[in-house]
Amino acid sequence: MARLQDLPEGMRSYLTDLPCPVFATQPWVRGPSLRDRKVAIISTAGLHRRTDRPFASGAGDYRIIPGDTARGDLVMTHLSQNFDRTGFQQDWNVAFPLDRLRELAAEGKIGGVADYHYSFMGATGPEQMQAVTGELARLLHGDAVDAVLLVPI
Amino acid sequence: MGGLAHYLEHAGIPTTSISLIREHSERMRPPRTLWVPFELGRPLGVPNDAAFQRAVVLAALQLLEVEDGPVVLQDYAVEAPAVITSADGWACPLNLPPVEAAGEIGPLTTAFQQEMQQMRSWYDLAVSRRGSTTVGASGLHIEALADFICTLLAGRIPQVPTAEIPLVRRVNLVADDIRALYAEALTAQPGQDVVGADQLADWFYTETAAGRVFHALRAAGSNREDAELQAITGSLAVPARLASGA
Repeated sequence: MARLQDLPEGMRSYLTDLPCPVFATQPWVRGPSLRDRKVAIISTAGLHRRTDRPFASGAGDYRIIPGDTARGDLVMTHLSQNFDRTGFQQDWNVAFPLDRLRELAAEGKIGGVADYHYSFMGATGPEQMQAVTGELARLLHGDAVDAVLLVPI
Repeated sequence: MGGLAHYLEHAGIPTTSISLIREHSERMRPPRTLWVPFELGRPLGVPNDAAFQRAVVLAALQLLEVEDGPVVLQDYAVEAPAVITSADGWACPLNLPPVEAAGEIGPLTTAFQQEMQQMRSWYDLAVSRRGSTTVGASGLHIEALADFICTLLAGRIPQVPTAEIPLVRRVNLVADDIRALYAEALTAQPGQDVVGADQLADWFYTETAAGRVFHALRAAGSNREDAELQAITGSLAVPARLASGA
């Protein structure tokens, strides 16, 4: 489990001391009812298609995961060795719950599933990802997305 | 994750986040966060349990309908099913080739190659059953993985299909592929799909020839005269708590 007090000392200290940005503003965007929303996944697990470039150290860029990506085509090139990968190896939904979103859409719990999803590599600080979030927002708007599910690793 | 949520929301996109480290969410204060008490690497809690995952996803999405913003941090009350740990007296069911703790490189790499072959049977079964594999991020064919590592251990630069990926990065991707192959093979064996990540890492780095090869490669990095080889082998990442070697 990921309660800090349950982690080994080295990992606990690292995560406790990890710098986190503090923001002066608190943006809060409203939207339609959940059953009318189109949802995209953005992961920080360092996921990408098998044919894409692996993530590099310090990379703040992202990879595109089209909605028709087959589960066998998704790989993980996160730099850290300090988290479980066996769950993802057995079932991609542990880190990339696309099948669950599709089921929720089929049941009418959400309006739909985006045509494109995205992944960053979370060993990079969020400030280095900021430069591309403007273009990402425009891409999400273009896909008519009005809800993003952010999934860590 | 909290930073990305803030930036996207600022750009007009409504977000809801799953959080594995509550303290980080408390500091970054993203708009909507569901903290889950799951293992790092398993934000949806457990593999192959659609109902469990579905409940987590729905709980995170339902935060989009909460009106009392601009910061909502909710705790998910359900724990993930327990995994096998060292306290359970777990042992790998396979009889792996014996390896001396500190031996010659030749016997060690031979044991590693034999072990890879032994793992292949279960790995191939895993791929067949799951219809997918996460091995392959290094861009090397599966048959070339062990040779790549053994060549480095022998003090030579291995040949790779393209130079697009720097060797320092490639060695870690190859190591990831080997670890993934072992993990996918092990978790395909009867009753082994619930082996915990720490237990699996302990097994890999202390009981397998592959783990010993990785430790030997890291140790060799500091002794290389060739600066490029030193950088490549010395960069091999292992979990922090196991980095001191077997």
